[in-house]
Amino acid sequence: MSYRYATKYAAELRRPFVVALWFMFLTFPIMVIRVNTIENVVEWRWMNMMYVGSGSFALSLFWRYLSGRKTPEGKRVSESREEAIPFTKRIFGDRRIVPTAIVILSVFALIFPFIFSIYQTNIMTTALMYVVLGLGLNIVVGQAGLLNLGYVAFYAAGAYTYALLHYHFGVGFWLALPLGALAATVLGILLALPVLRLRGDYLAIVTLGFGEITRLILENWNDFSFGPSGISGIPRPGLFGMEMNIQEATTYLYFLMIILCIITIFIVNRLQDSRIGRALIALREDEIACQAMGIDKTRVKLTAFALGSTWAGLVGVVFAAKTTFVNPGSFTFLESAMILSIVVLGGMGSITGIITGALILILLPEYLRAFSDYRMLLFGIIMVIMMIFRPQGIVSGARRTYEFHKEEK
Amino acid sequence: MDYFLELFVGGLTRGSIYALIALGYTMVYGIIELINFAHGEIYMIGAFTALIIASVLAMSGMSGLSVLVLASVVAVTYSAAYGFTVEKVAYKPLRQAPRLSPLISAIGMSIFLQNYVLLAQTSDFLPFPNLLPELEFLKPYAGFIGSTEFIIILTTTLIMILLTMLIKFTRMGKAMRATAQDRDMAMLVGVNVNSVISNTFIIGSALAAVGGVLIASHIGRINFYIGFIAGIKAFTAAVLGGIGSIPGAVLGSLVLGFTESFSTGYISSDYEDAFAFILLILILIFKPSGLLGHSTSQKV
Repeated sequence: MSYRYATKYAAELRRPFVVALWFMFLTFPIMVIRVNTIENVVEWRWMNMMYVGSGSFALSLFWRYLSGRKTPEGKRVSESREEAIPFTKRIFGDRRIVPTAIVILSVFALIFPFIFSIYQTNIMTTALMYVVLGLGLNIVVGQAGLLNLGYVAFYAAGAYTYALLHYHFGVGFWLALPLGALAATVLGILLALPVLRLRGDYLAIVTLGFGEITRLILENWNDFSFGPSGISGIPRPGLFGMEMNIQEATTYLYFLMIILCIITIFIVNRLQDSRIGRALIALREDEIACQAMGIDKTRVKLTAFALGSTWAGLVGVVFAAKTTFVNPGSFTFLESAMILSIVVLGGMGSITGIITGALILILLPEYLRAFSDYRMLLFGIIMVIMMIFRPQGIVSGARRTYEFHKEEK
Repeated sequence: MDYFLELFVGGLTRGSIYALIALGYTMVYGIIELINFAHGEIYMIGAFTALIIASVLAMSGMSGLSVLVLASVVAVTYSAAYGFTVEKVAYKPLRQAPRLSPLISAIGMSIFLQNYVLLAQTSDFLPFPNLLPELEFLKPYAGFIGSTEFIIILTTTLIMILLTMLIKFTRMGKAMRATAQDRDMAMLVGVNVNSVISNTFIIGSALAAVGGVLIASHIGRINFYIGFIAGIKAFTAAVLGGIGSIPGAVLGSLVLGFTESFSTGYISSDYEDAFAFILLILILIFKPSGLLGHSTSQKV
């Protein structure tokens, strides 16, 4: 009896073992050898090989476990699905839990800057900015299904609008906020107009190219954007001309972001059930069927791009005001990738999911300092793993479904 | 005239390198309709592996051609292994998924590989030893063609011929063409589609590694980020020529190489990278099927 179990486990373990060996071979030159070309010394880091071996062994076991749950064995899948839906419903659908959670969250949000340091408040503000960015990108990627890899260009448009308007004309934060949003929206429409005809993956590449061109222009057009050195001395937002020290200004900005967040959530939530929102989802599901239903494809796509970039523009202005300094270095492709991984992790199309995703991805690396070097590595892994095992994200978007029940008499 | 010739050779050299990378994109796209975002990273890993192996060998006292050959062979092997693994891990589970899923997975893989090299090695630029030999007979033409340029152009031409023969005349090439045409039908007539896809990734990655070794000895320094820009440019070249078409990828690469070389030579070098993107956007808007590609209509 025990012998049979032993052989069964041995068979289970053989593949992870092979995988571990393969990865030890694969990572050998890059993980183990490091060459110092100046002093002509070779450093052999054999310990890394051990880490890779044991790590990939464990991961492979885990991978097999996850794939085993996913494989169409019928029964297991339906089981987990039946579990999954009531679970999310139990949490978010229960009328008693939702108000309590909202009260707790809002009290926490209100007292946050008074119980934690400026540093913590600053991080929280950043996280909230990413929540809004994530929700904005979600309109384009999650709802309309248009993969936008140049989202950071609109973010940059907002930030530079404020910076340049302040530099040349002394425009203040509150006037710059709508202007920045407008600039980003116009840029979004300008980008969308020529690329509307393109299919999904081509669109992704064009938006990526667009984002990079924007950054290259900001870097090289010195007369316009002051090149890589950027623009400094941008004022923080004012409040009826009150003088504020750094602590007060940080707290103020934090509350500003909270308000912006609430407004965004409200609007995005309303949008989901509106005519436009449904048109967006129809477009994502099937372009041809959507056109056949009489939806103007061009207009809907334009709306999606315009709406998505408006939020990026707004947050861009806040970003410029928060750091009081902008330069092209803040608007690289990695920034776009980060916002995209927030949307992917949180769940495309789900507001709760994206808020959770943004908070996890921004706050976790900040609080686990040892972790922060591995931040981008982690983002990459998250994108791959999520796509394979849970493409709908940690909180899947609640699709409106019509259920048919036989009337019980 | 000499300046023109210098730019011409420069364009041809760039074009050859882009072609080596673009072939990987176009072959993968032809078979599974996926933009393999991580392909640029495979090229970067090829260059890094070559650098590491070459340095280790040079320090242990070997010299000259043997270092070049050994380093290239190891680099090609490892790149092929990486390409194979990336496909198995990140794309194979998503073959039946909606189109955006493998694309996002590919972007994730690209970011992962970049940061993997960044963390395991360094973020600084590393000097790459010039492994390519000096050719004596090119001395009189030194004004516009160096031996590195000559070797790059020659190697690329040879590889193109070999690849064309592989695809036209071998059993594997036939299977690849069949899979590209219709995957399900190929499966029905007994083509092992999984191994065809693996082979495509292996060949594409090996070509990228050759490109990596050549360009790194040409430019003389590498870091973890070289794959991103090179990847985008090679992709542009592939789209320009008509994605999925092998002669198209070569033609597109040459056009892109000449465009870059002449525009930086005669207009401005500040926007070197922007030219590729602008070209890409223009093609996609006006002729999405590319120079040699054929347009496909969307089926319901």
